[in-house]
Amino acid sequence: MAELEKVHEEDILIEKLGYDDHFHDHHHGDKYQSNFINHYIFSMDHKIIARQFLITGIIWAFIGAAMSIIFRLQLGFPEADFQWLKPLLGKWIVVENGIGSLAPEFYYALVTMHGTILVFFVLTAGLSGTFSNLLIPLQLGARDMASPFLNMLSYWFFFTAGIVMFYSLFISTGPFSGGWTAYPPLSALPQASTGSGTGMTLWVVSLVLFVVSVLLGGINYVTTVLNLRTKGMTLWRMPLTIWAFFVTAILGILSFPVLASGFFMLTMDRAMGTSFFLSEIFIQGQALDRIGGSPVLYQHLFWFLGHPEVYIIILPAMGLVSEVLSVHARKPIFGYKAMVLSILAIGFLSFIVWAHHMFMSGVNPFISNFFVVFTLIIAVPSAVKVFNWITTIYGGNLRLNTPMLFAIGFVSMFISGGLTGIFLGNSAIDIQLHDTYFVVAHFHIVMGVAAFFGMFAGIYHWYPRMFGRFMSETMGKIHFWGTMIGAYAIFWPMHYIGMAGVPRRYYRFDGFDAFKHFTELNQFITIAAIITFGVQVLFMVNFFYSIWKGKKQTKRNPWGATTLEWSSPIEGVHGNWEGKIPTVHRWAYDYNKDEREFVPQYIPMEEGEEHGEDMH
Amino acid sequence: MTNVALKNNNNTRRIHPQVFALWMGFLSIIMMFIALTSAYIVKQAAGNWLEFVIPNSFYVSTAVILISSLTLHLSYSSFKKGKEFLYKSMLVVTLILACVFIIMQYKGWFTLFEGGVDMKGNPSGSFFYLITGLHAAHILGGIAALVVALLHAFTLPFKPTEKRRVRFSLVLQYWHFVDILWIYLFTFLLFI
Ligand code: HEM
Ligand SMILES: [Cu+2]
Repeated sequence: MAELEKVHEEDILIEKLGYDDHFHDHHHGDKYQSNFINHYIFSMDHKIIARQFLITGIIWAFIGAAMSIIFRLQLGFPEADFQWLKPLLGKWIVVENGIGSLAPEFYYALVTMHGTILVFFVLTAGLSGTFSNLLIPLQLGARDMASPFLNMLSYWFFFTAGIVMFYSLFISTGPFSGGWTAYPPLSALPQASTGSGTGMTLWVVSLVLFVVSVLLGGINYVTTVLNLRTKGMTLWRMPLTIWAFFVTAILGILSFPVLASGFFMLTMDRAMGTSFFLSEIFIQGQALDRIGGSPVLYQHLFWFLGHPEVYIIILPAMGLVSEVLSVHARKPIFGYKAMVLSILAIGFLSFIVWAHHMFMSGVNPFISNFFVVFTLIIAVPSAVKVFNWITTIYGGNLRLNTPMLFAIGFVSMFISGGLTGIFLGNSAIDIQLHDTYFVVAHFHIVMGVAAFFGMFAGIYHWYPRMFGRFMSETMGKIHFWGTMIGAYAIFWPMHYIGMAGVPRRYYRFDGFDAFKHFTELNQFITIAAIITFGVQVLFMVNFFYSIWKGKKQTKRNPWGATTLEWSSPIEGVHGNWEGKIPTVHRWAYDYNKDEREFVPQYIPMEEGEEHGEDMH
Repeated sequence: MTNVALKNNNNTRRIHPQVFALWMGFLSIIMMFIALTSAYIVKQAAGNWLEFVIPNSFYVSTAVILISSLTLHLSYSSFKKGKEFLYKSMLVVTLILACVFIIMQYKGWFTLFEGGVDMKGNPSGSFFYLITGLHAAHILGGIAALVVALLHAFTLPFKPTEKRRVRFSLVLQYWHFVDILWIYLFTFLLFI
């Protein structure tokens, strides 16, 4: 009986239909799995590396979010006494007249670190690193990445980047404090502010390591997608997740090196006395002899990465959401080809809109017009995607479980945040809105929250694939509603504050007559942020608890999905499939087709059966 | 190191995945230098730009690296044809030429510095040092790869297997790449 239970329908089918690539899992002396260190730490197995990225990302998310709570406390309650934070923050709590408040330098440092950590470590490495690693080989029917070794290096570069950044939190002058974009001169002159010295040096070292990690990862992802697909997996049969990861990786390969160039120039300005980005600077009344450079040049280099970077963050989330929506609506994705084309269009356009971040930096207004036009054009493929998501779930037989809720929440957030982008994309309106809380609201909703929702949808959905267990649905639903309501409560009011002109990154506003009346609103935002943070802690509890104690996965394909990752053994074997690998005969979205609830990709077409959409 | 994944090569493809991955690496290196050379153009157009004559040793180094590409190619084709002596000797010659290239670059920088073109001074000088320096860093990477190839050549028994051919071709392609990259950068710095 026990023997019988072990036989899986999937194995029988793959044995019958699959392709024999003469792979044998060499158990004896397998150099990959010989001991704990090789297996769990310096692992070259993509499934382990995915979990390493995910867990490291979660830890960074916790740190980054906790920072935001600390600076929100100071913003919401500028008069309150924060001496109770002294055990954690030490000298960064300054006590005056018996009232302890956050040192302004450290406030800036926290804002900077929060941005850097969330954008790069959590939403880039934690999101695309995790799911590209997990799904590219599994969904394509590959044994592993093209180069498992480079893949391992990619994780360890990311890890080291994290260590360097973490260390910078504890140095006596504090971490870098000039904003996540690290504009010169604050970033280029070690004497410009307390965080500009060692803090900035560590920041730039950390990010260069990070760039290496992204490049190693991206090169691997692209190579794997183009070279290691199983038989029958044509490009037009790839799930949308893979398309999204693929374009994301290309964006990374093309844009991160440009950032690296900017960092090299910045480093020379800092260490060797060049003046790439510096001109006519006065510090403490003293004129420096650094002339001839231009800080706007840095902004160009930064945003040439920076804008594609926001799509590097959102595209994987879009891919995950497309998949989750289709599986749990039990319907084929609407407009598969249009989805692919809009991913490609977004990828392309993301390279020619960067100066919309610089309308107010003194770029030529005629040049701005060019960027306004392309910025607004990006709304078109974005709208195509939104339309297709809504049409996919419209009339579906929805399973409203946690992954599905987060996927639907993603669409809501993406619409809300995308709309405000259209306002900002007009250079005339941006005169009022630039560097205000309106921008903060825009990008937190469209990038921060939406990307997190995509990631959560992915985590809840693929949790069984990663850990062989399920996360708790009850806690998951509380997590969803708490986050959904909480996120809107935090960021919706920021639009109003921003329209009124309240600048971002200020230490306090209650001294300005124009902004005084926002004090209560600010407090409301802070309280909402604290509650939402609490809900995320609940998620973490659910996540780690379920690794050991979650409900066990018994069926290989618990969601009734069509993609290949659900046909491989639950335990996750080295090489992904024992024996043969599945071959592919159809696209990834055959749901509710000809009276069949779902048809996995490895099932051959029947006599006279039509392909889904117009895939042939 | 990658045999697990690469077994799965049932797609009829002409190009080896590792070679393809290397090309993706080239793409990112190209982007890095495109960024620098475009910044150069922008900065130059903004005025306050010092013109200077590029020292002769850079011409020498250009010739040297061109020749080194040829010698490495010769070594590679000898490897394929099983001509052990030519394979090994040309590899050694290439390594020597590579080191000569670095020395000539260094001499060039020194001459420039003596001639009053300082890294700290006008941006034109800063760009020159940055671009050539970053390129030299990539040459150093190439030298490391050549050393590995050399170790293979002299420690392993001579057997032109497919695996070793692919490895060697990775080194070869990288070396050609940094060579062409230098030609681009040199003509750029010369004429723009
Ligand atoms: C219809 C689409 C969008 C348009 C038209 C748009 C437009 C803009 C504009 C014009 C700005 C600059 C505002 C300013 O600084 O004054 C901006 C900022 C920003 N946007 Fe968007 N956006 C769109 C979608 C997105 C998406 C999808 C993401 C991320 C996934 C995103 C992330 C950001 C970020 C991170 C910033 C602020 C960066 C900073 O200054 O710190 N945007 N957006
Ligand atoms: Cu942008």
